[in-house]
Amino acid sequence: MARQDVMSSFSRGFRDGLPFLAVVIPFSMLFGVVATEAGLNVLETLSFSVVVIAGAAQFTALSLMSDGAPTAIVLASALAVNMRHAMYSASITPHLGGLPLWKRIVTAYFLVDQTYASSMLDYEKHPDQTIAQKWAYFLGVVAPICPPWYLGTVAGALLGEAIPVEMGLDFALPITFIAMIAPGLRTPAHRIAALTAVAVSLGFAWLPYNLGLMVGGLCGMIAGAETERRAQT
Amino acid sequence: MIETLDLWIVIVGLGLGSFTLRFVFLGVIGDKQLPPWVLRHLRYTAVSMLPALVAPLVVWPAATGGQTDPLRLCTALTAFAVGYVTKSVFAAMIAGAAVLLAGGYWL
Repeated sequence: MARQDVMSSFSRGFRDGLPFLAVVIPFSMLFGVVATEAGLNVLETLSFSVVVIAGAAQFTALSLMSDGAPTAIVLASALAVNMRHAMYSASITPHLGGLPLWKRIVTAYFLVDQTYASSMLDYEKHPDQTIAQKWAYFLGVVAPICPPWYLGTVAGALLGEAIPVEMGLDFALPITFIAMIAPGLRTPAHRIAALTAVAVSLGFAWLPYNLGLMVGGLCGMIAGAETERRAQT
Repeated sequence: MIETLDLWIVIVGLGLGSFTLRFVFLGVIGDKQLPPWVLRHLRYTAVSMLPALVAPLVVWPAATGGQTDPLRLCTALTAFAVGYVTKSVFAAMIAGAAVLLAGGYWL
């Protein structure tokens, strides 16, 4: 029985992760192409994707290095792009913090935008899951997203410019994020959080190092939490 | 040309840094109970961080050099509306992609 529940969480995660292939494959291939154009060999390109496993930060680092920026600047800028992951880590901890250390290490390594967002959406939709089921769901989402990220990188590095990957691609990422957000806006507090985050992030978009994202995100969280608190009293 | 040593410093440094950012709370807090007001804020992390990430990409797309683009705005609004009404991530993606591709074809 318990085993069956875990398997069904895993396969639900796998199903929910599958559509992201439409973004992961072209983006990982594009990274492979861009990296080889910048002079990286296949092993270096693959290592980049396996070790870092964060699309936006990888593109940022690569373009800064190609421009000859100092290594310290490259690291600082790319890590700033990834700062949101610390927020993801905090917000998934109430669900998965009880796992043994090695499982938390695995979770942290695979904690990217899509795996995080899908999992949080599912944990809110199915709040009665055990921690084993929640972890199974997470791994289910990881399966069609992270290994294809590595494979696509290699494919892009090997095929180079033979593949047309640019058409409309710039907007595939925003579409998938919007598709993940919209179904999650269940309560007024969720909607106010999202609306505040959008307004503030646009207002502070001029900040360097992607800080507009952090300011907008934090303001959204405060707005959502405050709305929830007032609704209760 | 990118120097090999610099490249590996960036790969390893960025890998360690990214992992640390992702692990910090999972590792340090673990299953310790957090105060209710912290948990209340964390419940709104996903619905705040992702919109904050997406909004500038929608309003000032990189592909148009930061010029607001009606087609991309329509695409975003369609994906949002379909996702909001149907509660289906997949339906929202398909609807958004359909608008973007159709618009790109006709315009």
